[in-house]
Amino acid sequence: MSTSTHDHDASTTETDRLLRQTSEGAQVLRRDTPAQPGAREIVLTGDSWPDDDETMIINMGPAHPSTHGVLRVMMELDGETVLRAKPVIGYLHTGMEKQAEQLTYVQGGTNVTRMDYLSPMSNELVFSLAVEQLLGIEVPERAVWARMYLVELQRMASHLLFQATNGMDIGALSMMIYGWREREEVLRLVESITGLRMNNNFIRVGGIAADLPDGWQQHTLDVLELVEHGVSQYETLLVENPIWQERTVGVGTITTDEALALGATGPILRSTGFPWDLRKAQPYLAYDDVEFDVCYGSNGDCYDRFLIRLYEILESVKIIRQCIERMPGGDYRVQDRKVTPPPRARIDESMEALIHHFKLFTEGFKVPVGETYSVVESPRGEIGCYIVSDGTPKPVRMHIRGPSFYNLQSMAAMVPGSFVADAVAIISSIDPILGEVDR
Amino acid sequence: MGLEAIPHNFLTGRLEDLVRWARRNSMWPATFGLACCAIEMMASGAAHYDTARFGMEVFRASPRQADLMIVAGRVSQKMAPVLRQVYDQMVEPKWVISMGVCASTGGMFNNYAIIQGVDQIVPVDVYVPGCPPGPETLLHGILTLHELVRTGEIMKRRAATGAGAGVEVAQRDGVPVTLAGVKG
Amino acid sequence: MDDTTEIVVEAEPLVVAEPVAAAVVERFAGSVAVDSLGQSVVHVPRDAWRDVVAYLRTEERFTQCSDVTAVDHLVDAERIVVDGVTPERFEVVANFLSHPRNRRIRLIAQVPADDPRIASITPEYPGAGFPEREVYDLLGIVFDGHPDLTRILMPDDWEGHPLRKDDVDARIPVTFKADPGPR
Repeated sequence: MSTSTHDHDASTTETDRLLRQTSEGAQVLRRDTPAQPGAREIVLTGDSWPDDDETMIINMGPAHPSTHGVLRVMMELDGETVLRAKPVIGYLHTGMEKQAEQLTYVQGGTNVTRMDYLSPMSNELVFSLAVEQLLGIEVPERAVWARMYLVELQRMASHLLFQATNGMDIGALSMMIYGWREREEVLRLVESITGLRMNNNFIRVGGIAADLPDGWQQHTLDVLELVEHGVSQYETLLVENPIWQERTVGVGTITTDEALALGATGPILRSTGFPWDLRKAQPYLAYDDVEFDVCYGSNGDCYDRFLIRLYEILESVKIIRQCIERMPGGDYRVQDRKVTPPPRARIDESMEALIHHFKLFTEGFKVPVGETYSVVESPRGEIGCYIVSDGTPKPVRMHIRGPSFYNLQSMAAMVPGSFVADAVAIISSIDPILGEVDR
Repeated sequence: MGLEAIPHNFLTGRLEDLVRWARRNSMWPATFGLACCAIEMMASGAAHYDTARFGMEVFRASPRQADLMIVAGRVSQKMAPVLRQVYDQMVEPKWVISMGVCASTGGMFNNYAIIQGVDQIVPVDVYVPGCPPGPETLLHGILTLHELVRTGEIMKRRAATGAGAGVEVAQRDGVPVTLAGVKG
Repeated sequence: MDDTTEIVVEAEPLVVAEPVAAAVVERFAGSVAVDSLGQSVVHVPRDAWRDVVAYLRTEERFTQCSDVTAVDHLVDAERIVVDGVTPERFEVVANFLSHPRNRRIRLIAQVPADDPRIASITPEYPGAGFPEREVYDLLGIVFDGHPDLTRILMPDDWEGHPLRKDDVDARIPVTFKADPGPR
């Protein structure tokens, strides 16, 4: 028997130990069973085994169930331990930035809303803010509050979906059912307001597309109650669950410096103990008028990121309640016929309104020459929009800084040293939306 | 021995019908979520819409175990070879649903990055409209496919077109789906 | 966090209302600071790109590189003219954020069409790795010193750079099919 040719260090890794166990087991097996003459000899030990210091590259995705869409990850493994991981992206590249150059500013919202499809209104908001900066218009108070209300609704929906998929990836399958249950209620509310469940294109340049429908307050309050009840159930189910903690605590840690250097924002940056939230730090809309807290962690691991997203749902609930109480009246969009269309009823009466309507939807409006970068805090972090205008109705360049695109880079810092199964938990805790990564 | 000698209750029928019935009732989809539509596909599987009603709640991670591919979302130039490979790995008979306008025609993204219709790569049996189609519309598409498989219509259509059956269904968002009222 | 409410409202061009921009202009010859709709922007010479970024990181406490992108100005109807800056076809644009000072600054460098190269800022901000690859992939601007400058969004064997205004591959004919008629 040739096990002696294996020169093992006394202090070897777990893999080596397992391999040696197998070899010894094989020896016993062979000693007890004398070889039949002419029988095929199966080599279980010896030099034909690869050296223990060899590593293996495995490829995960792009059609892998736990990669949230079409992310592909190349991982170098030493046994079960991941040495390094490299995300390979582009499998959902949609050419949206090129598309934006062919669409007018009026049509632009339709395009950007399909980027981060879990919180479409954050995209619409950041695009609208950028165009409004270029135009130099200020939206009415009611539009500001309605925008904040809608964006928070979708932050809630997005985090509920995170709870569902994160649970599914780590093995808490019941979370998949519970998360969707509450999210569906939020989506129904969103549908009753915007007419669509997803890809709403509701926040538009100059305000919002339509006024909030009758009875939205009561409907929202009902949904909030369900969501709060749901969150308390998730808390009971997961927060102190030892199996859940075993899978997430101390897994995929990242420090504040690493997160900052790699461009990570949102819950990933906050999980490292750095309470940076653009809603507080650089308030936009009316976030400086409402009361809410910034959730942040201290360990920078998967568990902290899970907790942050869980409790951000409750912070959103808080903001939405204040929105219901304090929603001002008035116009829901700028009364500037060059930017927003006239009401439908006016088109039947007024020739001028008809012309405005026609011009707006065929040519669009002209935007002064300039360039600007606007930012908002999406559920995944800082989403930015850089627009360059040349004075025509179509932008020269429209670039979206997708938070997932940058957050994905932090995977390189989180994964090394963990197991393959933990890598799944880490990818899940980054919560990348590939539509936004690849654009 | 004549049939009357068998002591239990039994039904007779054509083997073909039995095979179609079995295919229809054990249709397992492969997970092939791409973009926004994938989220609605997952919503169809969740509690509110519950594809388990139609024996389809197991989304198979391995294409070897699946016989229905729901192409949910826009297919990019980079993804197209992957999609074809997954399709080739599935065992016959296999069906394809093209979910959403992006998969069906490229949708609003008429540009360099997106394949203008997934039927350029794989034969499509049912086109489901919407951007994204709501769960009701997807279920309508799935049930239409079930019906096509049960009646054997799908094979006739495939023979006629030389590719997929190419059935287009209407958008049914907001219309509840029941087991009874299914019409193609 | 000092000066959290600092928002410059006047959109006057060529007014340096921002100390960081002023310090950059003073230190690096050839750079011009402008105010773009209340945001402070510094146009820096291409050769000084890396040095300015290193200065922002080490001296001015800009902790994060928010975004790197580029613009192709080939077919502009009109374009912003900044005194002291020779406009070229490409502009590389980078946004930086200082968390301790709660400020943003944007750097713009002009990159000529016949030599589309600029220094990579990945040694200062590793997070610029992905966006620089994206700019290389979509606009064909080479970042010298980038550790892994390969295509990121398009397939590896793709030819051309789709976001360039004159890229042929980026235009595809509309493929409408004839209506097959009622079935």
